[in-house]
Amino acid sequence: MSGNGTLDGLTGETVTLRVLKGTPGSTPVEATYEVPGVTGMVVLDAVHYVQHNLDTDLACRWNCKAAKCGSCSAEVNGRPVLLCKTRVDDLPAGPITVHPLKTFPLIKDLVTDVSRNYEVNKEIPPFTAAPDDGSPWRIQQVDIDRLYEHRRCIECFLCQDVCHIMRTHNYADRFYGPRFFVRVASLEMHPKDVLDRTELTRDKGGLGYCNITKCCTEVCPEHIHITDNAIIPMKERVADRHWDPLRFLGRLMWRR
Amino acid sequence: MTAEPYDTIDCDVLVVGAGGAGMRAAIAAAEAGCRVAVVTKSLLGKAHTVMAEGGIAAGLGNVDAEDGWEVHFADTMLGGQLLNNWRMVELFAREVIDRVLELERWGGLFDRTDDGLIMQRAFGAHSWKRLCHVGDRTGLELIRTCQDKLVHTQGADVYMEYTLTSLLKDGDTVAGAVGYNRNDGGFVVFRAGAVVLGSGGWGRMYRTTSNSWESTGDGAALAYAAGADLLDMEFVQFHPTGMIWPPGARGILVTEAVRGEGGYLYNSEGKRFMLEYDPAKKELSSRDVVARAIYKEVQAGRSTPHGGAYLDVRHLGAERIKQKLPSMFEQFHALASVDITRQPMEVGPTIHYTMGGVRVEAETGATTVPGLYAGGEAAGGLHGANRLGGNSLGDILVFGRRAGEAAAEFARGQGARRGIDERQVADEQASLLRPLDGSQDGATPGENPYKLHEELQAAMQDDAGIGRSEESLQRSLAAIGELGERSRRMRVSGGRALNPGWHTCRDVENMLTVSEAIVRSALERRESRGSQWRFDYTEQDVELGKVNFVARRDGDTMTVARVPLDPLPERLRPLLEKSRFYDPAKLPKGHLTPMGAAPKEGA
Ligand SMILES: Cc1cc2nc3c(=O)[nH]c(=O)nc-3n(C[C@H](O)[C@H](O)[C@H](O)COP(=O)(O)OP(=O)(O)OC[C@H]3O[C@@H](n4cnc5c(N)ncnc54)[C@H](O)[C@@H]3O)c2cc1C
Ligand code: SF4
Ligand code: SF4
Ligand code: FES
Repeated sequence: MSGNGTLDGLTGETVTLRVLKGTPGSTPVEATYEVPGVTGMVVLDAVHYVQHNLDTDLACRWNCKAAKCGSCSAEVNGRPVLLCKTRVDDLPAGPITVHPLKTFPLIKDLVTDVSRNYEVNKEIPPFTAAPDDGSPWRIQQVDIDRLYEHRRCIECFLCQDVCHIMRTHNYADRFYGPRFFVRVASLEMHPKDVLDRTELTRDKGGLGYCNITKCCTEVCPEHIHITDNAIIPMKERVADRHWDPLRFLGRLMWRR
Repeated sequence: MTAEPYDTIDCDVLVVGAGGAGMRAAIAAAEAGCRVAVVTKSLLGKAHTVMAEGGIAAGLGNVDAEDGWEVHFADTMLGGQLLNNWRMVELFAREVIDRVLELERWGGLFDRTDDGLIMQRAFGAHSWKRLCHVGDRTGLELIRTCQDKLVHTQGADVYMEYTLTSLLKDGDTVAGAVGYNRNDGGFVVFRAGAVVLGSGGWGRMYRTTSNSWESTGDGAALAYAAGADLLDMEFVQFHPTGMIWPPGARGILVTEAVRGEGGYLYNSEGKRFMLEYDPAKKELSSRDVVARAIYKEVQAGRSTPHGGAYLDVRHLGAERIKQKLPSMFEQFHALASVDITRQPMEVGPTIHYTMGGVRVEAETGATTVPGLYAGGEAAGGLHGANRLGGNSLGDILVFGRRAGEAAAEFARGQGARRGIDERQVADEQASLLRPLDGSQDGATPGENPYKLHEELQAAMQDDAGIGRSEESLQRSLAAIGELGERSRRMRVSGGRALNPGWHTCRDVENMLTVSEAIVRSALERRESRGSQWRFDYTEQDVELGKVNFVARRDGDTMTVARVPLDPLPERLRPLLEKSRFYDPAKLPKGHLTPMGAAPKEGA
């Protein structure tokens, strides 16, 4: 990861970035920067070039530069993406707009306040095994494979950003959002977990607000089938729990 | 001078860092009943640890029953060329097994064997299949599991996106730390009974690096300034396989799991060159050996178009590749437009890990400064001259926990919290604010911190990199000195609120300190051993196998001292033979090989 704005492999073309700059008190404005194009360049490379050479004050989060940490989330040409995974040569010719995530409060430039997500995570009871379930555990690989999809989440919060329940309706206070439905599903599906988070997810988590538009699944850089493999199974469980007098039957079946 | 306004946060134990080491330390200290503050430069869950791919080495023996902590001990010592602190290695090899099982009990996932036990994979220079893993995303699993444990542990508070810039002392003893909130630029003082450094490594002073912006060696620089010893700083690990193309991806890691799963290395002539460099371990030789082999192939004119070697997994078949190496498949597809099921990868050495670090006591992580503890990549001693892949994730858990427990005990023994010396706070603030003060510009134009960083990277990469000599090291030392002068004139625009240019100024200062320690130590070690490859001293030196080098502050100058290495005790000596790679004729030179004589056992 060079990540330091030095460039070789120049393509001879110029990339124009329009970056929304601003702070909470002010009205953000787009600043335009011209960056020399480089083979295979990602948008984060271009932002780094700007920081190193044109505007040392431009704020942007990043860490791994390899699509593994979920830090560099922003909206490129209106679409929520990871800056480090978005290739400039995959975007249409012409200026590239880079804006911060719209759903979260602005801190500065491309950086937003995502702390609400961390609060939600704290509300969800953690993994809990039966105290007498002695090590070493035996778990089958099929169970791991099923769970692993959800555990791949890198907490980029792109799904939280795109979901209209939060983006348009501003229900952040009563809706956990897709990332945390994935989180709850991964806990509930763990063969060794003994807690039940169904009612919490329905009541405090606002699972019912989700109307399965699947926008979250579309933006997930980890290709997690958020709706099909986390939200819908959770909704089915809530429904089971609500109507089925044999409450625990559903739970047992879920666990197989 | 009076200090600018600042927030004061009181705690028993202050933990610098929220990677695996910091979080495990914080959990331990909180469970011991302490009020803990965990500080991280990034958001929670984004620390370097998240990037680890291959797995965590532990002698569970689930796949190869012959394995156990003893063999793990032997492999780690031999990999480190016997320069390791053997007591740390012993604790590590024994306890990492518990730490893995603990992780599982906290909800962490691992791939399974057919019997449903934790699966283990082969890795370079490990005798047996030893790396517990989940796909190629083990670090993510580790960090998420620790993160969830931490936020649900009573007594631990996390301060995200704060940078600590200096330790505060009361007499000899550490009393807390000063820093700022990255987002609004507000100053903060943490008053603490003890401080644990879990601040990670320092790969950012090299140009080709797998490390994130965070790895600027802050912890080492802070400890150094506070009077602590920096141990084994000359040992910097080049991972043999980083991406080399396209330019923006240069340095991004290609996990060793690719070779662990059976990948081959070829040169441009289609030759599997590792068969020659290390016929026994082949592609799975230790990292220093493979990195040097690629370097030599390139020097000999047998490089790929972009200056590296080919790494090929096509023979494994598409299905296996996608199941065992999903992130690599995705990474090459997205960043390089290469389909690794059909095309070979182009790879070359990248800076990856720093074996050296703050000198600590094995059992407790205590540094030489009372009240200051260190664990994980920030600390030195466990890995000696070369770290084996998969040994760091275990390191951070084993020694993170130990440092957290010891710091908790120290803090409790302190009674009332120590006072804060306003003068130390004010001095530190003044030094931090200097680059923002336009009035000082005068006639000389200010220096751009990013440019200084780039120049430092060039000096380290070219002259203190994979191969070194007296001449090249002197060159880089001179460059560091000159950059140090210029760093006093760093200027940035903008204010204190989330200003990356301003943040980079202190990063550069820290990196200069740590780079100087690397270069000065490398100059003293006039031999080639582990990751240190000297063109002018190509062999191992018996006497240098009996010492570690320690950099420490003496007023305003850095001194490098030789400290004798504690020889391996008799009870542990026989364990070395348990390594499959034990060869009495090729033992690293030092205590075990008498000077000038052939090795005792004979070949
Ligand atoms: C790409 C990659 C793959 C790897 N794969 C493996 C593997 O498969 N197996 C293995 O064993 N090892 C692997 N490693 C090595 C291993 O991941 C690291 O050595 C290890 O995670 C370091 O953990 P740590 O807790 O010591 O530090 P880090 O995870 O680096 O955390 C450092 C923390 O300190 C904080 N910090 C630093 N300075 C300050 C400051 N001034 N103020 C406040 N906070 C600060 C940071 O914000 C961060 O939270 C890999 C490394 C990389 C880069
Ligand atoms: S499917 Fe549900 S959670 Fe996902 S974006 Fe649509 S409404 Fe939001
Ligand atoms: S579920 Fe996907 S989109 Fe949502 S936070 Fe996780 S990785 Fe990002
Ligand atoms: S920087 Fe880590 S996901 Fe982009």
